[in-house]
Amino acid sequence: MSLAITVLFYVATVILITGLAYRIWVYAKVPAPLKIATTPAPVTKGGVVLRMFREVAFFESLFKSNKLLWLLGVLFHLGLLLVLLRHLRYFINPVPTVIELVQPFGKYAAFAMIAGLLGLWARRFVIDRVRYISAPSDHLILALLVLIGISGASMTFVSHVDVVGLKSFTLGLLTFDWKPLPSDLLLVVHLFLVAVLMIIFPYSKLLHGVGVFFSPTRNQVDNPREKRHLADWARKLEENS
Amino acid sequence: MAKAKFEVPELQEYPEVPKIEPGTMAHLETFKAKPEFQEALGFPGELVDNWQEQAIEAMGDMLGKYRSLKVYMDSCVKCGACTDKCHYYLGTKDPKNMPVARQDLMRKVYRRYFTLAGKFFPKLVGATDFTQEVLDDWYNYFHQCSQCRRCSVFCPYGIDTAEISMAAREIMDRIGVGDKYSNEIIGKVYRIGNNLGLPGPALEDTLEGLEEDVFDETGVEVKYPMDVKGADILLVTPSADFFAEPHVDGLIGYGKVFHEAGVSWTVSSKASEAANFGMFIGSYENMRKVSLRIREAALELGVKRIIFGECGHAWRVAYAFLNTLAGPFDFLDKNYPVPQHILEFTLDEIEKGTLNIDKSLNDDMVLTFHDSCNVARATRMGDKPGGQFDIPRAVIKAVCNNYVDMPEDTIREATFCCGGGGGLLTDDLMELRVKGAKPRMEALKSVTEEYGVTHMAAICAICKSQFTKVIPYYGFEMDQIVSVHQLVSNALILTGQNSEGEEDESEEDAA
Repeated sequence: MSLAITVLFYVATVILITGLAYRIWVYAKVPAPLKIATTPAPVTKGGVVLRMFREVAFFESLFKSNKLLWLLGVLFHLGLLLVLLRHLRYFINPVPTVIELVQPFGKYAAFAMIAGLLGLWARRFVIDRVRYISAPSDHLILALLVLIGISGASMTFVSHVDVVGLKSFTLGLLTFDWKPLPSDLLLVVHLFLVAVLMIIFPYSKLLHGVGVFFSPTRNQVDNPREKRHLADWARKLEENS
Repeated sequence: MAKAKFEVPELQEYPEVPKIEPGTMAHLETFKAKPEFQEALGFPGELVDNWQEQAIEAMGDMLGKYRSLKVYMDSCVKCGACTDKCHYYLGTKDPKNMPVARQDLMRKVYRRYFTLAGKFFPKLVGATDFTQEVLDDWYNYFHQCSQCRRCSVFCPYGIDTAEISMAAREIMDRIGVGDKYSNEIIGKVYRIGNNLGLPGPALEDTLEGLEEDVFDETGVEVKYPMDVKGADILLVTPSADFFAEPHVDGLIGYGKVFHEAGVSWTVSSKASEAANFGMFIGSYENMRKVSLRIREAALELGVKRIIFGECGHAWRVAYAFLNTLAGPFDFLDKNYPVPQHILEFTLDEIEKGTLNIDKSLNDDMVLTFHDSCNVARATRMGDKPGGQFDIPRAVIKAVCNNYVDMPEDTIREATFCCGGGGGLLTDDLMELRVKGAKPRMEALKSVTEEYGVTHMAAICAICKSQFTKVIPYYGFEMDQIVSVHQLVSNALILTGQNSEGEEDESEEDAA
């Protein structure tokens, strides 16, 4: 089992990184031939950086749209962020002070994350419009995340895992000096599901995390009267006429 | 109140989001373009034999040319933030008019042919083959989107359904399925110079008629010139301004403002149209070709500046695309933005004090203002973000004493489309147009009841035509829609104008 999880994690990591790199390369390569910023839009690059920061850090547009949905989204994403930060303790030795400070919040953030996810999932059943647009994969991804959250939180709050053994396993992965995984069913389930998440990430709607940075309605400077904005394929039209 | 063959929605005091009713608008299919109109734009005349193959190829081509399309196909998480934002959904209850569901009509095909998950597990991710049934849905529902971008304001990833409906229309055009309204009109622009097919001599007559009208009313010889070489300003305005009501009252206003500002100006018979329906059909090539007329006219006439009249999507193409499509405009006067909006010009003159305004001449009205979707969410006026909201209001308030805004969530960046934009201003879509106007009508009704609003001003030829046609269905009167420059015209006292008094009053009695 130890070996299987070890191999799985290397495979998942390679798929996640190459998949994301490929996506980023594609998005960067495809030109945006026209200025289509949703206005009012910033007129400087600095302004665009701020707009993008508000979008990514505070979900500005979602806040304009729907306060409850925003709250659930923030609960989940902020919870996930704290949980991920807390998990760095398994990959860094010695544990930096910042991560030590996050530790107590990171522990309870798991509940925020799970609550957010369950709220988001409930919308897919309760609101007729959201039910209409939900595909099986939308439910499965939520199920996957909820299970990851519950299996992880159980190891913190219900049945403690051998964290010393776990840390030697994870550090072993990083240094290619493989150590056995503590035998613990919850841990195996948790790690397996995380690997699945890593593998589907670049090939599913989870890509929204990357896509938002490439969204022309959000990342463009509003200056079309001052600057021409010609894509290469559009320039060829000019050369031919 | 106008009679309809369909059920006109009831206006509610507190607008609410309706429950979905699948299929309510599935029957509405706008007329398809005849082969001659398709071919004039460089598209196949009718549905090609291997359409499915060609459509997938066209989609692949677009995905490689437009980052927006590629990113938006991948990024949606189906959160539902947009589901209650589209005026067509709110007015028709058809779930395929929810922005995400409209996008999904394309996304399910994209996933099937362009993603691993869709190739191997189509059912799981909601992917389907591009069947005739799907194509029919595309045709009907991508022609039930006015490309107003309201959904893009509220999407956490900025997904813009307009980009997707434009791409879908381009793909359909490329396999020979175009819509009659837009494609026939673009053909007219190429052949005759404007959407309405008004030839040069007819325009000249119309402009002379306006000069006479203004002279009769004011005693001042205000000129409405055409094809004058060496004029300072080329005015490019929607052709509806030449004769439709209340558009033409706006054109009269532009002429009066230019006259008082002491600048020389002209319209062009070659570029006698600001509208550019190439945008509606998502065709870069056609949009560029239509835009180049303006460049050519400016060069031929030797003007120094280009100013656009009141038109929503035209201002989007002008403000956001013209420089890219038909620039660089380095032959024009660098002291002015290229192009300028007529409202930017008029506000400048008001602030300089060159216009003699008597606001009380508009005291018979209580005004509100409809932000046109393309102006609000795709352009700017002036130097500062949001100038597109502030400048029209500043002009209206400078010429009117009574002004109130409609509810905050229905104006500015959250403005509701008139219901007729995006190439849908055709009689065969009247049911959609009437139902799509519902959210705006509710907002108008609320300020009518609360503040006694009598008139709604607009700065878009499509909005004006749409509203004058559909508001009677909701119990309003056609003439409650006014042009912003009509208000300017009412309040502007020309230098040397007949003194106020008998003449004006007798005219009002007759009206």
